[in-house]
Amino acid sequence: MIMNELSSSAIESPAFVELRDVSLSYGEDADSILALDNLSLTVGKGQFIAVVGPSGCGKSTLMKVVTGLVLPSRGTVKVGGEAVTGPIKNVGMAFQNATLLPWRTIRDNVLLPFEIIRPHRHKLRAERTYYVGLVQRLLITVGLAGFSEKYSWQLSGGMQQRANLCRAIVHQPSLLMLDEPFASLDAFTREELWFVMQQLWMDRKFTAILVTHDLREAVLLADRVIVFSQRPGRIVYETDVVLPRPRTLETTYLPLFTDLVHDLREKIRPGPPS
Amino acid sequence: MLIVWELVCRLFHIREFILPAPSVIAKSLVEFRRPILEHSWWTLVTTLFGFALAIVGGVLLGVALGFSTLVYRGLYPLLVGFNAIPKVALVPILVLWFGIGAVPVVVTSFIISFFPIVVNVATGIATMEPELADVLRSLGASKLDVLRKAGLPRAMPYLFASLKIAITLAFVGSVLAETIGGNAGLGFLMVTAAARFDVALVFAGLIAVAVMAVGLFVICVLVERRMVRWAFRGELVM
Repeated sequence: MIMNELSSSAIESPAFVELRDVSLSYGEDADSILALDNLSLTVGKGQFIAVVGPSGCGKSTLMKVVTGLVLPSRGTVKVGGEAVTGPIKNVGMAFQNATLLPWRTIRDNVLLPFEIIRPHRHKLRAERTYYVGLVQRLLITVGLAGFSEKYSWQLSGGMQQRANLCRAIVHQPSLLMLDEPFASLDAFTREELWFVMQQLWMDRKFTAILVTHDLREAVLLADRVIVFSQRPGRIVYETDVVLPRPRTLETTYLPLFTDLVHDLREKIRPGPPS
Repeated sequence: MLIVWELVCRLFHIREFILPAPSVIAKSLVEFRRPILEHSWWTLVTTLFGFALAIVGGVLLGVALGFSTLVYRGLYPLLVGFNAIPKVALVPILVLWFGIGAVPVVVTSFIISFFPIVVNVATGIATMEPELADVLRSLGASKLDVLRKAGLPRAMPYLFASLKIAITLAFVGSVLAETIGGNAGLGFLMVTAAARFDVALVFAGLIAVAVMAVGLFVICVLVERRMVRWAFRGELVM
């Protein structure tokens, strides 16, 4: 039942992120490197997409193109129906490196988006208790209840990454971009955080694009997994993940799960030696 | 060490105008305490003036350098070239321009302590993690927001580290300028004393400079500890 609901929503939901024939090259004429090649991709509203591929395949470039931090050389990018012409607003981003501000407590780190986004930045001073309350509740849901007054460097890598996720979603972004956020964590912490992430997504239903090297992570979290080729990045394969949610550690031992991971692994081949 | 010094002076009968014994220096310190204090005060004031100018100018230019690649490319080579000039060579020019007195002293103290501040502040801002800038920009932050929320606080430990170097240099600059183009201050006092072969007074002046320089260094360290405690990750180091 959950399965049906999910698969139908994945198909019918309106497009939120739309890339059409997007190419991007870095550098000038002769020295230019083609990072993305004629990429077309649609992500439905509220969908969770994972992008996997060999290293240097332009996955991180994709992140920048979608968020408008880099403009494509050719093609169009639309987010929420509007063409992207510069850095788009109301996005959350989290990277492998937690990049928390070491001079701020965890609470103040998570509060940071409100200091920047309009109209919050003008209301923050007057309604500080409200915003702090929002932050505290979010910290509790990710298991950081007792850490809000600590500094980031007093926390373990896993804890820092939890705070990083909080900072990325505290302002209720409609789009969350995750660039290997769990890559530098140990295997157990990483699995723990998958479920934290899943819970956050199920509660809030934002659209999410996750770039990762970890196929199990991709299958566990995503509705759809996209495989990129060696540079220049192209989509060589994509598959829907029709597994019921919430997915648990048990899910990762189901035959359907392992088949999917196996299948994806087959599609990722190292490029020709160059 | 002082005892060895004292003994060496006495045993080998070293003459006072070559190397005075610590006891002689101490006597001189007490005897001339009034002029030493007056000249120390003068040196302290001019040094702090130059140092304050260096902080203001250094932070402003450092922020501009760290903030804009254009400014960086245009000004950095110039700065490096300027810094390579021995400052002693500049003092006569400054005296020519501003006359004997406080101005060349303040200016020398400023230009000598200015450079480390600029470089450190610029480095602090320019080495911001690109991911952090991306996170902020994707929230709709302007370049100014990025500077305010991340760049400046990030540069603070660099600034305070540079202040510790700069304050010592500021003293070097002011005393140096006083010896060449001053009419007051410890440098002036020492040159005058040296001209009279009163080497004990020269050493007394040196001690006064050292005491002030160390004192201000310690103040810089204390301010640093207070302001950027986070940068030490809980472990305090000098």
